[in-house]
Amino acid sequence: MSRLPKTFERLNREKRAAFITFITGGDPDFETSLKILKGLPAAGADIIELGMPFTDPSADGPSIDKAAQRALASGGSLKNTLKMVAEFRHDDQETPIVLMGYFNPVYTYGIESFSTDAAEAGVDGLIIVDLPPEEDEELRGPANTAGLDVVRLITPTSDDERIQTIVDGASGFVYYVAVAGITGAQSSTAQIAGDAVQRIKKHTDLPVAIGFGIRTQEQAREMAKVCDAAVVGSAIVETIAADLDKNGKASVETASKTLEFVKSLAAGVRSA
Amino acid sequence: MTYTPNSLRSGPDERGHFGIYGGRYVSETLMPLLLDLEKQFEKAWQDPAYQEELAYLNKEYIGRPSPLYFAERMTEHFGGAKIYLKREELNHTGAHKINHAIGQVLLAKRMGKTRVIAETGAGQHGVATATVAALFNMECTVFMGAVDIERQKPNVFRMKLLGAEVKPVTSGSATLKDAMNDALRDWVTNVHDTFYIIGTVAGPHPYPKMVRDFQSIIGQETRAQILEKEGRLPDKLIACVGGGSNAIGLFHPFLDEPDISIDAVEAAGHGVDTDQHAASILGGSPGVLHGNRTMLLQDEDGQIQEAHSISAGLDYPGIGPEHVWLNEKGRINYVNATDEEAMEAFQLCCKLEGIIPALESSHALAHLARIAPTLDKDKIIVLNLSGRGDKDIFTVADHLGVEI
Repeated sequence: MSRLPKTFERLNREKRAAFITFITGGDPDFETSLKILKGLPAAGADIIELGMPFTDPSADGPSIDKAAQRALASGGSLKNTLKMVAEFRHDDQETPIVLMGYFNPVYTYGIESFSTDAAEAGVDGLIIVDLPPEEDEELRGPANTAGLDVVRLITPTSDDERIQTIVDGASGFVYYVAVAGITGAQSSTAQIAGDAVQRIKKHTDLPVAIGFGIRTQEQAREMAKVCDAAVVGSAIVETIAADLDKNGKASVETASKTLEFVKSLAAGVRSA
Repeated sequence: MTYTPNSLRSGPDERGHFGIYGGRYVSETLMPLLLDLEKQFEKAWQDPAYQEELAYLNKEYIGRPSPLYFAERMTEHFGGAKIYLKREELNHTGAHKINHAIGQVLLAKRMGKTRVIAETGAGQHGVATATVAALFNMECTVFMGAVDIERQKPNVFRMKLLGAEVKPVTSGSATLKDAMNDALRDWVTNVHDTFYIIGTVAGPHPYPKMVRDFQSIIGQETRAQILEKEGRLPDKLIACVGGGSNAIGLFHPFLDEPDISIDAVEAAGHGVDTDQHAASILGGSPGVLHGNRTMLLQDEDGQIQEAHSISAGLDYPGIGPEHVWLNEKGRINYVNATDEEAMEAFQLCCKLEGIIPALESSHALAHLARIAPTLDKDKIIVLNLSGRGDKDIFTVADHLGVEI
């Protein structure tokens, strides 16, 4: 069993939603990114989504696209992302890490060896955004065998039949993309998202996370009231970007400023 | 159209795969739309009313059938096989792209969409999309790399005249692949009212099949025309291939004719052994990008590399999945031509035939120059002259050191 169900069971007992934070592995450089990663649990992250940088992140908005390009420019790669996870695990055996990204780097790495290497590094789950249920079989087998959950996405365009197709075979949790669009786009309302979560819960017992468009403490609080986990990505990545100099280099404060912002969001989730 | 079992023309399978290639690798938001699009396309394709409207527009608006022209001077010059040029450059808007743009806009209309988007490299597909959007009174946005906007100014101006919004794409290498990323981002955001008119036989299923079926009119006409002129089918077909739409359009109706040899010419830029080319089959490896599994230019970490070709229309790091499958089957020979070879062929075609070919098609002409002299005079070659070169005169002038 991966760390995901354990974490959701614990939070369920505490009667609160999980706070999931997203950063891109290696953004803006390996050291700063690792420092942020290591600081996330203390700042209030219950689960960490770690982006695998890719040249062509066509489901992401400008913020996460730029984060990926920064990571790649400073030597980011799938191998280095796994290395970050391994280093994180030296100090933290509790916090689940879910890798988020696109299929091509995984496919090129080799699906079998990627699955075993990722599990060995301490990864718990995978979100591959361009791998719909129709195409994810070749990854799911090896990933599940290695002990990794494959998290699937549900969107506002998914009808009941589609939701059933998606939850059959998903594990860890399901991720409700609250807006039909790219990351960082306009947010949904807690009312609309909450209705969708209720619809999804008719099809599955898996925890339901909500992402896309949560940017403030207040939004985090509202969303956390209607789901099992609230995901914040672009807003955190933008905090990293805001502290970089014009050459894209981090300052000594980049990590601490980012973690401060994460703390404020975590407070929102915890007060829901 | 009826297919025989095990025919090379029967792909893709029901999940949109050609062997292991093709498929639907997109974000979940787009899946319901793609599943619906597949159904709507099959329904429309079987609908006589749809076929009638398509046939009418092909004839009266595009100007089809395009001529199959015997290139007498070129034939004499090379001293080998008889050379025929399929004159797609004579189509309305100057290239084969209008063939699939018309088909797709008719589908968009049937699906109740009010807005179309497209990506474009050289601008030919963008112009074709802007044209059909004007014709059907639809809002139109074309994504184009900032680099390509600079080198294809006349086409940018054409799109604007036709009422389209041209959105410069500055992410990544600011060329065709990045324009496709931004088009996908727009599509996923406006999925309720927007139809994505994809410009080649790539992207998620059903696009590779759909665009192929629209483009196959090239090969179907060629069959009838060559039978009328020569009383038999050709010995060899040649076309350039970037994404591969003009090539599959000419080739597809001939795939089950084992005696016809087929050559597809990739853009080798400065050479396939350099890191400056656009030859995905000859110089790439399998991967997943823009909704399909195919051959890609990428590094060992699976990061997509920038393609290079003097022709903006071939400057893409991938290729349609059916091409990759046909390469594996050994049915089509994938060869290459460099920037230099294409430039030479471009000039030769201008001088010998009074036809200014697109730089894309010039790659096919460069290969023709190698092949034609080696074949006997009783052999017949058909080359797809996929587009005209007016749009390329600035690139050519620059290359020749001429100021215009």
